[in-house]
Amino acid sequence: MITLNNIDKTYNKGSVTALKDISFSVKGDELFGLIGPDGAGKTTLFRILTTLMLADKGEASVNGFDVVKDYKQIRNCVGYMPGKFSLYQDLTIKENLNFFAAIFGTTLEENYDLIKDIYQQIEPFKDRRAGQLSGGMKQKLGLCCALIHRPKVLFLDEPTTGVDVVSRREFWEMLKKLKRQGITILVSTAYMDEAKLCDRIALIQKGQILSIDTPANIIDSFPEKLYGIKSAKFSGVFKLLQDTRSYPGIASCFAFGDSLHATFNDSSDKRLINYLHTKGNSDVTMETITPGVEDCFIHLLKE
Amino acid sequence: MKQLIVFIKKEFLQVFRDKRSLLLLFGLPIAQIVLFGFALSNEVKNSKIVVVDYSKDAVTSQIIRKIAASKYFNIEQSMQSADQLQAAFKKGAIKMAVIFPANFALNLQHTGKASMQVIADASDPNVATTVVNYVTQIVNSYNGQLSSLSAQPLQIVPEVQMMYNPQLLGAPNFIPGVMALVLMLVCTMMTSVAIVKEKELGTMEILLVSPFKPLYIIIAKLTPNLFISIINYFIIIILSAVFLDLQVKGSLLLLTFCSILFILTSLSIGLLISIGAKTQQAAMMGSLMGMMLPTMLLTGFLFPVENMPIALQWLANFVPSRWYFIIVKQIMLKGLGIASVWKETLILLGMCVLLFTISLKKFKIRLQ
Amino acid sequence: MQPVIITDKLTKHFGNFIAANELTFEVDKGEIFGFLGANGAGKTTAMRMLCGLLTPSSGKATIAGFDVYKETEKIKRKIGYMSQKFSLYDDLTVSENIRFYSGIYGMNNQQIRTKTAELLDELQLQSEAKTLVRELPLGWKQKLAFSVSIAHDPDIVFLDEPTGGVDPVTRRQFWDLIYHAADKGVTIFVTTHYMDEAEYCNRVSIMVDGVIAALDSPSNLKKQYATDNMEDVFYELARKAKRKAD
Repeated sequence: MITLNNIDKTYNKGSVTALKDISFSVKGDELFGLIGPDGAGKTTLFRILTTLMLADKGEASVNGFDVVKDYKQIRNCVGYMPGKFSLYQDLTIKENLNFFAAIFGTTLEENYDLIKDIYQQIEPFKDRRAGQLSGGMKQKLGLCCALIHRPKVLFLDEPTTGVDVVSRREFWEMLKKLKRQGITILVSTAYMDEAKLCDRIALIQKGQILSIDTPANIIDSFPEKLYGIKSAKFSGVFKLLQDTRSYPGIASCFAFGDSLHATFNDSSDKRLINYLHTKGNSDVTMETITPGVEDCFIHLLKE
Repeated sequence: MKQLIVFIKKEFLQVFRDKRSLLLLFGLPIAQIVLFGFALSNEVKNSKIVVVDYSKDAVTSQIIRKIAASKYFNIEQSMQSADQLQAAFKKGAIKMAVIFPANFALNLQHTGKASMQVIADASDPNVATTVVNYVTQIVNSYNGQLSSLSAQPLQIVPEVQMMYNPQLLGAPNFIPGVMALVLMLVCTMMTSVAIVKEKELGTMEILLVSPFKPLYIIIAKLTPNLFISIINYFIIIILSAVFLDLQVKGSLLLLTFCSILFILTSLSIGLLISIGAKTQQAAMMGSLMGMMLPTMLLTGFLFPVENMPIALQWLANFVPSRWYFIIVKQIMLKGLGIASVWKETLILLGMCVLLFTISLKKFKIRLQ
Repeated sequence: MQPVIITDKLTKHFGNFIAANELTFEVDKGEIFGFLGANGAGKTTAMRMLCGLLTPSSGKATIAGFDVYKETEKIKRKIGYMSQKFSLYDDLTVSENIRFYSGIYGMNNQQIRTKTAELLDELQLQSEAKTLVRELPLGWKQKLAFSVSIAHDPDIVFLDEPTGGVDPVTRRQFWDLIYHAADKGVTIFVTTHYMDEAEYCNRVSIMVDGVIAALDSPSNLKKQYATDNMEDVFYELARKAKRKAD
């Protein structure tokens, strides 16, 4: 459905590199995640694929159409939800929907079955102006507007940024349903924990792709053994972190939720626990743990 | 087509929801006219004038009585000689002198025609034109009465003479000026801001990614502003008639046509600015600096273009409002027809087509 | 431990709408306190009251010993504030930003010079002192913004979603800074949408519909809700929210 070949993009006459030699493809009915921090080049990539920008080099196509030559056809068959909340704040939910329906030459009724589930959640507020909606509702409205013409491919640029956990979960549920209806979805996010909800992901940083695979494969390819270190006394986390880092055999150590994630230079070293105890940390435990996508990202960043 | 109508409807919704802008849009011309109007009518009321009557017959005394009855004039009767008149004008003690030559009524009866002299101090051209207009009106209405009473056509002709500034150069003919300024400002600024707002909001991205034609985006954005500007135009025309007693002398239809042409030109300029500007502030500044200053300075309603250095005169030719200003003056103030403004109208039309074509060509179908 | 934030039935309503309802809690000196809640649950309102930006409708609260009704000016001297949206001036250099913010808090030239050197050293930004903030990577900006927000040695620093959008390594470096500050006795009051960050806090409160629905240490909360992560705890509490719209 989507293919990219050696896409390069720079800004300011070449002084800022936004994307460097990006190639990958997304199959039909796939929920593909583009995972990376702000400034990694996610938005630029979306803009090239939605024909809003021209790449400096390379080729790309969406639904079989070339992004440069056939931009008109692409604009007919894709739905796009930009990163910023981009609906008319001074129009009501209903007015926004009707407007976007008309722009795409359709009506709210025509594809109602597709957006029904989402729309029903915001319908009680249909006469409220979009500017006065909560983050989660704005996001749902945005999704409805992007879906109104039953696109074949859906581009969602950071749809869950700044949205709370409940709304985020609901949103990913909606995406799964849409996927089942045969819509190909390319979604970007800065939340690493959302990676596991995608069929395949590309980890992206500074305009370059670090890795592309299924979340499970990416985790499997984590080359080192990862250990979780905990101390019974919480208030000592900072000390525990510093003490662990000061140990000679440690390659990396970061705070991760309720424990520290550490890797060793060579093999694991049980003497670390003694070392930490002598430094005054109490009840330290260490166990092997399965890495998450975030661990993989950190690891890939170091390379 | 339906898409376009929906888009235009949305634009109107948004315009009417933005109360602050609306206030500015309609408040600006009203405030301008009312302010100027009060400043002016205060000055013109009770103007001191002198009437010199060498004939002293029934007709002249009737006209003088009518002039004296008008609230606009205070007749000073002390002066009798031409020298005294001259001195009074120089001191600025009087605004106007009306002189009836000897044998006024006799001439009228025998030849059917008599001339009277009207001399005005044109150093303040606005006041001069206004007071002369009032006197002419009084005489005209008297002419009408005469004709209905007598079988033969009788006519009194006021011969107007402007002192100190005979061509009324630099006349702050402010109504044409205000029209040019307000229309230019409203059209340019509102259009550029309206488009840049969509860019800032991010909605432009969605619109571009949709199959909606860019030409339609432009048309939809321009329509409400065209509509508002036409209303503004009529507000100015009506206010100037009510407050300033300044009616359109020539064809209202022709003036309206030319105004719409000028509005379209200004809208195209706004469009051009919006293509370059990234933020609403930049669009606003571009409209103000790029349009308001040239309109104020190079149009000729604050400073006569004829007195400017050649380079500036040359530059002024590129300012659309300069041509519009001439058109309005000719039609509205002088009552002339298309014969005397066709050249300016053509220039305006040319500018409009050129600017619109450029902005359509330049309108970006992508970001960047 | 003495509490630096004490609230007692702190309430704010806007017309009929009760944005924050009878909030009662204490935060100790040097504690990292996570302030969580769904969008529209009343977090921002509560935080603004504590910063002295919004007068409460009823209830009591003292911040660093000062009353939120009468002594807001004194409170402002004792607190720091950083948000993801507004932090530094893009068109000033790194050292100009530090100088500006320190100057606002009434530090003299000598103190500012010492502080600038100290901060640049801690962040290893010496070579970038004369760089415009605009040109720094996002992660550095965030770290700098945090350091600037505690440059005047406040008792409490309020962090409003400080780590949105930054890469995982920078996010952890950022938390290193937070730990370091807390270690020195600064109380950290932080809101976040990253549930793993909630685990870094000594205690977290979760607001739902204007009230504090839960307040405890992450491990106790997880035990109570029989789960191994904070996201489930949050989800369980917040999905019951009736107030969907802001």
